[in-house]
Amino acid sequence: MAAVAEHIVASAAETFARRHRFRWYEALPWLVALAAYFAFPDYLALGSQIIATVLFALSVDLVLGYAGIITLGQAAFFGTGAYAAGLLAAHGMGAPVIGLFVAAAVAALVGLISGIVVLRTHGLTQLMMTLMVAVMLHEAANKANTVTGGADGLQGMEVSPVFGVFHFDLYGNTAYFYCLVVLFICWFLMRRIVHSPFGRSLTGIRETEARMHAIGSPVFRRRLVAYTISAAMAGVSGALVAQTTQFVATDALGFERSGNVLIMLLLGGIGRLYGAFIGVPLYMIAQDRFAAIDPVYWYFWIGLLLVLMVMFARGGVLGIIDRVGALLRRRR
Amino acid sequence: MSEAATPAALETRGLCKNFGALTVANSIDFRLARGARHALIGPNGAGKTSFVNLVTGVLHPNDGRILLDGADVTPLSQAQRVKRGIVRTFQITTLFRGLSVLENVTLAVSERLGSGGDIHRPAGSRRHIIDEAYGLLERLGLHDEALRPVKELAYGRQRLVEIAVALGLSPKVLLLDEPAAGVPSSESGTIVDTIERLPAEIALLIIEHDMDLVFRLARRITVLVAGQILVEGAPPEIAADARVRQVYLGERAHA
Repeated sequence: MAAVAEHIVASAAETFARRHRFRWYEALPWLVALAAYFAFPDYLALGSQIIATVLFALSVDLVLGYAGIITLGQAAFFGTGAYAAGLLAAHGMGAPVIGLFVAAAVAALVGLISGIVVLRTHGLTQLMMTLMVAVMLHEAANKANTVTGGADGLQGMEVSPVFGVFHFDLYGNTAYFYCLVVLFICWFLMRRIVHSPFGRSLTGIRETEARMHAIGSPVFRRRLVAYTISAAMAGVSGALVAQTTQFVATDALGFERSGNVLIMLLLGGIGRLYGAFIGVPLYMIAQDRFAAIDPVYWYFWIGLLLVLMVMFARGGVLGIIDRVGALLRRRR
Repeated sequence: MSEAATPAALETRGLCKNFGALTVANSIDFRLARGARHALIGPNGAGKTSFVNLVTGVLHPNDGRILLDGADVTPLSQAQRVKRGIVRTFQITTLFRGLSVLENVTLAVSERLGSGGDIHRPAGSRRHIIDEAYGLLERLGLHDEALRPVKELAYGRQRLVEIAVALGLSPKVLLLDEPAAGVPSSESGTIVDTIERLPAEIALLIIEHDMDLVFRLARRITVLVAGQILVEGAPPEIAADARVRQVYLGERAHA
């Protein structure tokens, strides 16, 4: 009896302790990315944009999906990172990796400072506050057009080769792998974060904030840390786009970017780490295809896709996979 | 009984709280002895849950002090008070519903040990935390449901998880806010048994409506009416008190 009981003890706690181990399907996004490189050599520019946007969506997932902070202003940090990297490159400091670090640091600082204000509010007020931060930065970039170039864009970016070796070529080979490696590193860090006690406590805050207070968790500080990390990630994403396209304009800070990324994340699945890897390519490839097939009404088709997803596929594509998996298990 | 000589586990002195014209605590002087099994009763709106919120730091008093083991904790935040050992459960189940039972308790143990904000190593690699949480579930007979999401459990089982999460914080003072609220009487026995078996060194304050439960668990009862202590005493004294019968039991009779 005792031996049997002990076995059950081991297995329940063991299962719980193993949640953070790598599983086979976590290799899929990377295999697909490599396969896509060989299969669609003409689409590498789009590929780089998709990869950078996956990182942007991951940053949103950390605050929205894990910490439960509703944000409509994530572009604030994307744009900050884009301008940081862009201005560096336009002023003779074009080393891309240094640009990424500076972009991350500046965006994190903006996240920290705005977070101190934004995270004191809740619900709809918080939503408006996040939006407001982005709008303010957008206006600031517009006003400072001698520095930023305003809506016409920043002129004269010169991005050096990565580590002084890999030149950004016309076909986008370097850009593709550059973005992919940066995404991989950020994904790895994000994965560590969500599986750490800190990440689990974020999930606790999202689930039931009152209980987190009641178990002695410094909720505000946890949220602020998450918000700052997320801002840094969004900043890196912005820097990637700026460096690989050699261009930044005020739309990097625009509302559309904050809104679209939410839709992409909804498509894939929120709070799942892999929702971004599914939703972003799905949305961006659909956008690209629809625009080619029906240049006038392509937005209509995107809209239709969204309506169908919301009606029939709550929880996004990952939600569908869950339900199919559950059905199959019940059959067995 | 040299109750006055040693400091009480928990004490409030002249605790006052009002929201505009509504007074929820009117100069409450209350002592919870070490290892107490103490019940706080009173009609609806008497200010029982407000009292819990004041003691745990959810609300801040307009006046008065809260002492834990003789030390003033009034200026401390809710989180800081939890670290000192003032822990509560909720009248309406307030758990991480989408997370597993084991994770609910693990989060609490992890916060208590100060590793809740740790970002470096995975939560799953901290076996001492998981094992402690699992041990608690075994003590409360919840281990078979360890990996099930809380929301899938029967309500009576969820009430037990409420207690398990609180125990994960190693409380000195445990405030149980209507621990059997909403549980069918067939299942409330398990909850009463669990409370009876709690470690003797924990000072318990049970806020309760159910008189059977109060008289079974409490060795001392305080009656709160309109934010004021009406009377305090041993269960037989309270049961015999004419004012209590009028205010409390009378209200129940036509409820």
